[in-house]
Amino acid sequence: MAAAEKEAGGKSRLLKRGVGLLAMIPAGVIVFRFFTDGLGANPIATALNQLGLWTLILLLASLTCTPLKIVLGWKWPLKVRKMLGLCAFFYVCLHFAVYIGVDQFPPTVDEIYKDILKRKFITVGFFAFLLLIPLAITSSSKMVKRLGFTRWKRLHRLVYVAAAAGVVHFIWRVKADLFEPLIYAGVLALLLAIRLVAHLRDRRAGVAKPVS
Amino acid sequence: MRHRRTSIGPTIPSREISPEPSYVARRQVMTGAAVFAAAGAVELGARRAFSATVPAPDLAALTYRKGPLGTDEAQTPLKDVTSYNNFYEFGTDKGDPGQTAHTLKVRPWTVTCEGEIGKPQVLDIDTLLKLFPLEERVYRLRCVEAWSMVIPWVGFPLASLIKKLEPTSKAKFLAFTTLHAPDQMPGQRRPVLDWPYVEGLRMDEGLHPLTLLAVGLYGKSLPNQCGAPLRLVVPWKYGYKSIKSIVKLRFVEKQPPTSWNLSAPNEYGFYSNVNPDVDHPRWSQARERRIGEFIRRKTLPFNGYADQVASLYAGMDLRANY
Repeated sequence: MAAAEKEAGGKSRLLKRGVGLLAMIPAGVIVFRFFTDGLGANPIATALNQLGLWTLILLLASLTCTPLKIVLGWKWPLKVRKMLGLCAFFYVCLHFAVYIGVDQFPPTVDEIYKDILKRKFITVGFFAFLLLIPLAITSSSKMVKRLGFTRWKRLHRLVYVAAAAGVVHFIWRVKADLFEPLIYAGVLALLLAIRLVAHLRDRRAGVAKPVS
Repeated sequence: MRHRRTSIGPTIPSREISPEPSYVARRQVMTGAAVFAAAGAVELGARRAFSATVPAPDLAALTYRKGPLGTDEAQTPLKDVTSYNNFYEFGTDKGDPGQTAHTLKVRPWTVTCEGEIGKPQVLDIDTLLKLFPLEERVYRLRCVEAWSMVIPWVGFPLASLIKKLEPTSKAKFLAFTTLHAPDQMPGQRRPVLDWPYVEGLRMDEGLHPLTLLAVGLYGKSLPNQCGAPLRLVVPWKYGYKSIKSIVKLRFVEKQPPTSWNLSAPNEYGFYSNVNPDVDHPRWSQARERRIGEFIRRKTLPFNGYADQVASLYAGMDLRANY
């Protein structure tokens, strides 16, 4: 490995780790607040909501990397895309764990089963969670090689479905004020629109290679 | 490779060098600890910088006697009663009203009483406060969102006011209206609900001895975020029936419109009696989290007031009339 390449590798590793550490701070704050009476009168509901929000924020952040490259030509965000996606998965796991293990404590199979099947906002949220599991499992470069890039890529398109399901989960959850969830819906729509425009433009230009 | 050192200072005996896996695990634990420490520092700094931006107002102490029909369950701390509120006129986050409701002006305040009554009148709040003896009622409050509190209200039975206004034979329902003042109520600047907030009761529900017009809690005047200066408390119905900051009471012949029913008719009915057997379409009503408790408790029919009020609905299909 040439020295320059080695240094670049070190820098991008530092960037990834930095993003990963930053992304852990909200979880740290939530846990800290939970145990120091900092989450208000209903700490369980607040923790649950905030973990869900951070899942969406990080998932949308991971989906922002490619559009940044398309629009601004930045390449560095692509280096942290996987880290952001894994952090989103970390938060959705916490979100789900708090729902099952704390909010619904003691969890009964009957109640959880009914919740997931009968309440459409939980159905769609659970669906989003399930979709993210294979993506997290196949996130390593070893798995990319094992699956082959084309298949891996096709599989990872599921992230769009998962993000959309996550936003719908939020929209269906609120009682009347759609302002906040619609911000997330708008951001997701914009990110997908940028990809679509770039894809159509490339196809018209006769470039067979799809945007990553 | 990246852990390789070109020179190690003092020679370390090989038995003291951790094997690679435990070394990595320890580094991860330490990184985790560092993240939590950093988060704690950020959090404490933020709390110091932003806490107590709105000082708690001095609320007038009220003269009252202990009333009947209360519960002796543990009361929800005042801090929680005043910081966890659904009062969309001041924002849709439950923390919003406690932060923003100080802009509400509760004096001068009048309550217009009109419609099918013998004595229509505009009552000044201070006159109204002297009309009836005040009493304390410790009631359970069950929110439709499956959380609950126990609150020591101070007020008087709605029945006392109704009788004083001499309803006519055509007065079958009561229609309440909240203040509409976007300059004082920032939440009304956005069309989250169709402002002003309106609620209603059947006449027999309004006359029931449990139904209270509250002017205070914990022995003092109502904090703004809890519906000052005058609010309804109907303990066997979901919290949104207990309309806050009332400016109008109209006696009507037909069932009046109600805000949440207008907003989502399939989710919120006119009656809105607490019922563990009829789920909200989006969540279960079988259990509730009492604020301050960890494990959800079972929700009781009519919020535990079935003995007093179930007879009001004898013969009615409570699934259809949710």
